[in-house]
Amino acid sequence: MTAPKVLGGFVVNGERHQTAFQPHRTLLEVLREDLDLTGTKHGCELGECGACTVLVDGTPVLSCLVLALEAQGKDVTTIEGLADGPDLHPLQDFFAELGASQCGYCSAGFMLAAKKLLEDNPDPTRDEIRRALSGNICRCTGYIKIFEAVELAARRLRGEDATPSREALHGQ
Amino acid sequence: MLRLPRFTYHRPTSAAEAVKIAADHGPASQYVAGGTDLYPNMKRRVQTPTEVIALSGCADLVGVSGSAAEGITVGAMTTLTSLEKDPALQAAHPALVHAASVISTPLLRNMGTIGGNLLLDTRCNYYDQSHEWRESISFCMKCSGDTCWVAPSSPRCWAVQSSDTVPLLCAVGAEVSLIGPEGERRIPVADLYQDDGIAFTTKKPGELLTHLHLPAVDGTWRASYRKLRRRDTFDFPVLGIGAWLRFDGDVCTAAEIRIGGAGSYAIPATKTAELLIGEKLVAGDAAAEERITAAAQEAFKPTRAMDNTDHFASWRKKMAPVFVARALRDCLG
Repeated sequence: MTAPKVLGGFVVNGERHQTAFQPHRTLLEVLREDLDLTGTKHGCELGECGACTVLVDGTPVLSCLVLALEAQGKDVTTIEGLADGPDLHPLQDFFAELGASQCGYCSAGFMLAAKKLLEDNPDPTRDEIRRALSGNICRCTGYIKIFEAVELAARRLRGEDATPSREALHGQ
Repeated sequence: MLRLPRFTYHRPTSAAEAVKIAADHGPASQYVAGGTDLYPNMKRRVQTPTEVIALSGCADLVGVSGSAAEGITVGAMTTLTSLEKDPALQAAHPALVHAASVISTPLLRNMGTIGGNLLLDTRCNYYDQSHEWRESISFCMKCSGDTCWVAPSSPRCWAVQSSDTVPLLCAVGAEVSLIGPEGERRIPVADLYQDDGIAFTTKKPGELLTHLHLPAVDGTWRASYRKLRRRDTFDFPVLGIGAWLRFDGDVCTAAEIRIGGAGSYAIPATKTAELLIGEKLVAGDAAAEERITAAAQEAFKPTRAMDNTDHFASWRKKMAPVFVARALRDCLG
């Protein structure tokens, strides 16, 4: 049986999209397979890793467990929408500079969850960062570089000096 | 890749409309709240409704109302994040806010709802697996088979109660409202569950859980929730202790302790409660500490941990008195 497709409209990274999809397809599937936005990764697909995190109306959710239908009429932000034209978001800058992104599979999810954190709390403590990112799993970095990158991005977004320490860049 | 099976999607705009759609489609239909439990189950093909009734458009199921003194009501579609951040609940029901805050991850709590958490499917290492995995050892009795793989000679399913809020809400005497084809009813949360891994709720076919009603706060009782799990995030409880004590001055006049994550429902630690009633319990008092430790030891026996979740069952059982004692100490203020 082929379920009839429905026509869904949502705004992704500021651009209005209309696409037809079957009701059982997840937002993750439609983003990657219909809109070619492959920056959002599919990991466990069961809500156990955070790799597919996107923002829906500004709130981080797991796109593997949201039906595309449920995102209709909403504002979706994926990692492709984080940069401002040619200018990377401070989170992207510092993830790259510090090696907080190694294999990179988890990075999109981490940065989107961190974006929401920094909007709600521009000066988070290490513990608040740890809590906010506790739904995202990284198997490469050991997390410390990720926490440091978020702290530096927060500093830059606050307009403060955000020069990474020598230790953060090169180790001890 | 794990894809959802095909289904017809319904999006009612009220609870009454949702109940009507469910009645029209019978057992082929299933309500979905946040989707964080149902959709993984559908991807694993352990639940396969062909009519999915999404409750996200039902505005009458969202929000926190009432007062601490009269009793606060929480709509079933209120997300766990909203519940955790609600100032009225933070002030009046810190134990519930804590229990909600330790569910899964912040991302899941943005999606998951209190109604969904109350009706979280029971879990088991032999059930929460892909279709192929389950097929390879022959299906278990909770889905498509007839053997319980954790206790093969057992005539029943031993899947585990795994909601964090349920043991606490049973202990504090909260209630829920349900509406269905036969009308509306309001029952204690404790009566919503029964001791069976498959038919773990008493919800009737087509019934929809609409609201959670919290008890009035009058300063005479305190409650606590303590959770045991491997990681401080993501994991379901392998022990979840809800404790509630009422006091007259320093004397405990009523007690209710529920052991979650250790059976198919939140098991009452009846003997523990009996040993505390009538006793003087003051924080920091050596005699009170002794009474609590002795009473908590009685939680060992009713804990029916089996090897179907994380950690060894024998260790989880040993941990029950430890976590019950911790939860009881929290209630001393």
